[in-house]
Amino acid sequence: MTVPVRRFDAVIVGGGGAGMRAALQLSESGLKTAVLSKVFPTRSHTVAAQGGISASLGNVQEDRWEWHMYDTVKGSDWLGDQDAIEFMCRKAPEAVIELEHFGMPFDRLENGKIYQRPFGGHTQNNGESPVQRACAAADRTGHAMLHTLYQRNVRANTQFFVEWMALDLIRDEAGDVVGVTALEMETGEVYIFHAKAVLFATGGAGRIYAASTNAFINTGDGLGMCVRAGIPLEDMEFWQFHPTGVAGAGVLITEGVRGEGGILLNANGERFMERYAPNLKDLAPRDFVARSMEQEVLEGRGCGPNKDYVLLKLDHLGPDIIKQRLPGIREIAIKFAGVDPIKEPIPVIPTCHYMMGGIPTNYRGEVVIPQGDNPEARVNGFYAAGECACASVHGANRLGTNSLLDLVVFGKSAGDSMVEFIRNEMPNWKPLPANAAERSLARISRLDNQTNGEDVTEVRTAMQRTVQARAAVFRNSENLALGVKEIQEVAERVKRIQIKDKSKVFNTARVEALELENLIEVAVATLISAEARKESRGAHAHADFQQRDDEVWMKHTLYYGDDRRLTYKPVHTKPLSVDYIPPKERTF
Amino acid sequence: MTDIDPVEIKRIRWRSRRGLLELDIVLERFLANGFDQLTMAELAAYRKCLELGDNDFLDYVNGKAEVDDPELAHIIGILRAV
Ligand SMILES: Cc1cc2nc3c(=O)[nH]c(=O)nc-3n(C[C@H](O)[C@H](O)[C@H](O)COP(=O)(O)OP(=O)(O)OC[C@H]3O[C@@H](n4cnc5c(N)ncnc54)[C@H](O)[C@@H]3O)c2cc1C
Repeated sequence: MTVPVRRFDAVIVGGGGAGMRAALQLSESGLKTAVLSKVFPTRSHTVAAQGGISASLGNVQEDRWEWHMYDTVKGSDWLGDQDAIEFMCRKAPEAVIELEHFGMPFDRLENGKIYQRPFGGHTQNNGESPVQRACAAADRTGHAMLHTLYQRNVRANTQFFVEWMALDLIRDEAGDVVGVTALEMETGEVYIFHAKAVLFATGGAGRIYAASTNAFINTGDGLGMCVRAGIPLEDMEFWQFHPTGVAGAGVLITEGVRGEGGILLNANGERFMERYAPNLKDLAPRDFVARSMEQEVLEGRGCGPNKDYVLLKLDHLGPDIIKQRLPGIREIAIKFAGVDPIKEPIPVIPTCHYMMGGIPTNYRGEVVIPQGDNPEARVNGFYAAGECACASVHGANRLGTNSLLDLVVFGKSAGDSMVEFIRNEMPNWKPLPANAAERSLARISRLDNQTNGEDVTEVRTAMQRTVQARAAVFRNSENLALGVKEIQEVAERVKRIQIKDKSKVFNTARVEALELENLIEVAVATLISAEARKESRGAHAHADFQQRDDEVWMKHTLYYGDDRRLTYKPVHTKPLSVDYIPPKERTF
Repeated sequence: MTDIDPVEIKRIRWRSRRGLLELDIVLERFLANGFDQLTMAELAAYRKCLELGDNDFLDYVNGKAEVDDPELAHIIGILRAV
């Protein structure tokens, strides 16, 4: 079967903030650049970001990039690479001002400068006092970023392929990346995109959890493609959680609700946070509240028919306070939890929010993997940026507003590296291997021919339940070991998923089946990586190993999908120009 | 809705996947329950909603913003009730 081939200098998979920032760099350099996206670019998940983007502009209070760097290193619980962190924090002011020049409508101070908001974890003078560092465009920062970048790309002649799904990475015999295969949804046809350089910017994979704040589109496609192509995934045990998502829906209930006096109850009607945190009670730090909630569920004091959530009670505040001080919360509860908080408590559960791990890259956006003695050899022609990449600036825990920053700083850096690579090392296309589309075609034909198979929705639900039960915020050896076994059983079921609709044109059942094949790779990587890490660090809180162990575990995990094996590589302890920030206990 | 191109229906279903979880949930419920009963006019209005930016669309659906476009008011009313 011959598969049509399209040729570009650069192919970018993903039209969110990271993909579009990289594309701009390439198109403006005059290179022929394609951006593939499953959805219209401005509907990428970046649109959900409200809080803002961090940069030490110092517009409201004195600030320095070195302080931003310190906060990020500390936030990462010393798993972040300090060269990449320095690079990001130093570039942040320039990156934000550049967005401003592109026309992004930031909130402003009276003097015309960009306004900056306070945000948890942002401090002056290495933790001394809070600082206002977050730049925002009302509560639509992500939306504004996407629109700004989209307009610039249209002007720069970036070619968008909207409603195209990349299926697999194409590597030649030398292991170099020479393109991707992709499915055009409109026709159901598979194409080869032949490129001198490929960048993945496919976003997060939060949908591996039953409780997730991520939109349905976050299925970790870039990570699945890497695993199938023999590229390892880094630090997949680290996922950030928010304590109060609506059970069964994922929609966030802001911390403000507990600030105003909302309390958490278990099935016995007990205010259990009094037991875990006698002083702070329901206002203890995020991760602590989340772990206490899950402990209640694990010990059988969860609520509901499956005893799998706790209750957030507000009715004692009275209707006036609820309506005045917590606008929107009542509507969210009614719409997504089916309860009116003026009368009834809201079912809530710790909810997955952000993926710290991903495709291993350096601060230049180059994908790097172990080869011989070199733990970080470049994969020629392959780049990654944004939530799907692990540079690693977020380490074991991301600081709020650092993700949008990551998108633009590393999107641009990767774009620059690609321009340089194409100009200096790859003036012509490397030939495609003979079997370039074979894997993708085989995946599709298996789906079309499978009989007596498994239902996609059922298997996806089984995966989400397993990951939620075994690798959410509360982790212990027994649970993780069970999870490793169970998720591999689910992975066997994924091999037999079946679709009823075999039509070609806009077959969304097929797309969802192909997405599940990506999700499961991420889920297996998460459990196997988490089971192996015998310490607590950042978002990985292990009940049987409660301390951070820098002697043994200050290292990055690398997961290989072919034989589901792990290796490790050192954390970068050498910043680019400043002194190393040595580990300290992470207290707040 | 019988005389509409089935491919167009599938396209509309895919475009109901959004960048915001809240919209995904509302639209998923609607696609499972109510979508099939739309009149041609309602379907045209729904298609127009899908052209909205996600934040504007959600503000309408949540009742946070008033719908000033008379063509959309009715279908947004249906979505609010989902
Ligand atoms: C509710 C919420 C609020 C947040 N708020 C903030 C905040 O205030 N500040 C902050 O810094 N961070 C925030 N974050 C995190 C941040 O929004 C994300 O990490 C970031 O937007 C991810 O951007 P991205 O460009 O990597 O990917 P996305 O924006 O997710 O884009 C991924 C792109 O890849 C495409 N794609 C995926 N797979 C394929 C495929 N197989 N083929 C073709 N295309 C594909 C998609 O179509 C999409 O265009 C928030 C996250 C959530 C969930």
